[in-house]
Amino acid sequence: MKAAPFEYSRPADIDEACALLAADESARVIAGGQTLVPMMAMRLARPTRLIDINRIAALSYIRTEGDSVAVGATTRQCLVERDALIATSVPLLARAIPNIGHVATRARGTVGGSLANADPAAEIALTAITLDATLEYRADGASEAIPAREFFIGPMITALPAGAILSGVRFPIWQGKVGTGFHEINARRSDFAFVSAAAQVELGDDGKVKRIAIGVGAATDFPMRLDSAEQQLTGTALDDAAVRASLREALADIEALSDLHASADYRRRVAIDLAARAVADARLQAQGKTHAH
Amino acid sequence: MRIELDVNGSKHSVDVEPRTTLLDCLRDQLGLTGTHAGCEHGVCGACTVLFDGVAVRSCLMFAVQAQGSQITTIEGVTPGPGELSPVQDAFCETHGMQCGFCTPAMILTAHALLANNPSPTREEIVEAISGNICRCTGYAQIVEAIALAAERMRGANRPSELRK
Repeated sequence: MKAAPFEYSRPADIDEACALLAADESARVIAGGQTLVPMMAMRLARPTRLIDINRIAALSYIRTEGDSVAVGATTRQCLVERDALIATSVPLLARAIPNIGHVATRARGTVGGSLANADPAAEIALTAITLDATLEYRADGASEAIPAREFFIGPMITALPAGAILSGVRFPIWQGKVGTGFHEINARRSDFAFVSAAAQVELGDDGKVKRIAIGVGAATDFPMRLDSAEQQLTGTALDDAAVRASLREALADIEALSDLHASADYRRRVAIDLAARAVADARLQAQGKTHAH
Repeated sequence: MRIELDVNGSKHSVDVEPRTTLLDCLRDQLGLTGTHAGCEHGVCGACTVLFDGVAVRSCLMFAVQAQGSQITTIEGVTPGPGELSPVQDAFCETHGMQCGFCTPAMILTAHALLANNPSPTREEIVEAISGNICRCTGYAQIVEAIALAAERMRGANRPSELRK
């Protein structure tokens, strides 16, 4: 359980990090290392060089940028978890974060690391897809952006070009009567989710849905949006039976993952339940009947 | 690579390979074997140390990444030689351990929790130690120990804090 030998670099800025990455195709970027280091210990990953971006101060921030909240790639998950701006402006992310790993892994784990790692069960990836976040990266000395929905293309596979490094992510701020819901199921608290579901709702003054976003994670190769259900439920009062019917239809034909822990049928079935609970929580919160936790 | 570490208040300069984890550096090069090597891939929590005051898994960091940082291990929580910290004392009193393998990490995790939250609820204690596996106790007495330590630390005179 010891990593294979590698070279270690601690570049001063992201462009230097990109240059190091471009120079060696077996090099890897290390941020929090909470996934990469175990992979290296088990020798499932054998990078020739680790490019440590933890001390690049410009990559750690949480700030408002126009109508979004921007979070830097190396921002620790524990900081996002207790951040006041995130709590008020990206409440779905605030709800999702406590489900990631444990206190000691969130202390090191980063927002960008989770996104770039692209685990199908990753809570931050699900939140990014559900909220139509924009991912920003640096490549060849230029800054680029890509919508979250185009970023994830397979389990642990992203559209990030070779030699590029994720620099941050922008989450759109929803105004008005907004509520959120997040649920996941796993064998033990904070283990990898078998299925996770996220929902964010904005209600109009008439109590009907002005805007709704529903996402399901861990069930498929990468988190998915339930577009058809969102369309059907917009303008409705989110009656429980109607929500379930829409979710059932949206999830009926998904190609769900199947493994020793959970079959494809189980994942489809549970996804409906968890998404229904997430939508119900979001509705109640938007109605002011519960408080965010 | 040569790195400087501040471990339990003393400065150390050690020569490590990049692949040496902080855990192995503490145990093998500094002789601080109170930090236990369990699964060595981030699952069991037995290697938890305080890294700049925050509880982290020392098997999930390479020692080179800790250059210039302050680290507290179980050897550094006692107020003086032969004494116990309030958390250690509470673990003894409530029988919060059996084999003792998970105990140093449980105690450091509890110290980190109580530094930020002097009055944790039972749920908050459970959440805080949820990343630390204990295969003996069933956790009940560990939770009890941390609650007892919290109560005592709240009641203790802490002039340095009163002055703040």
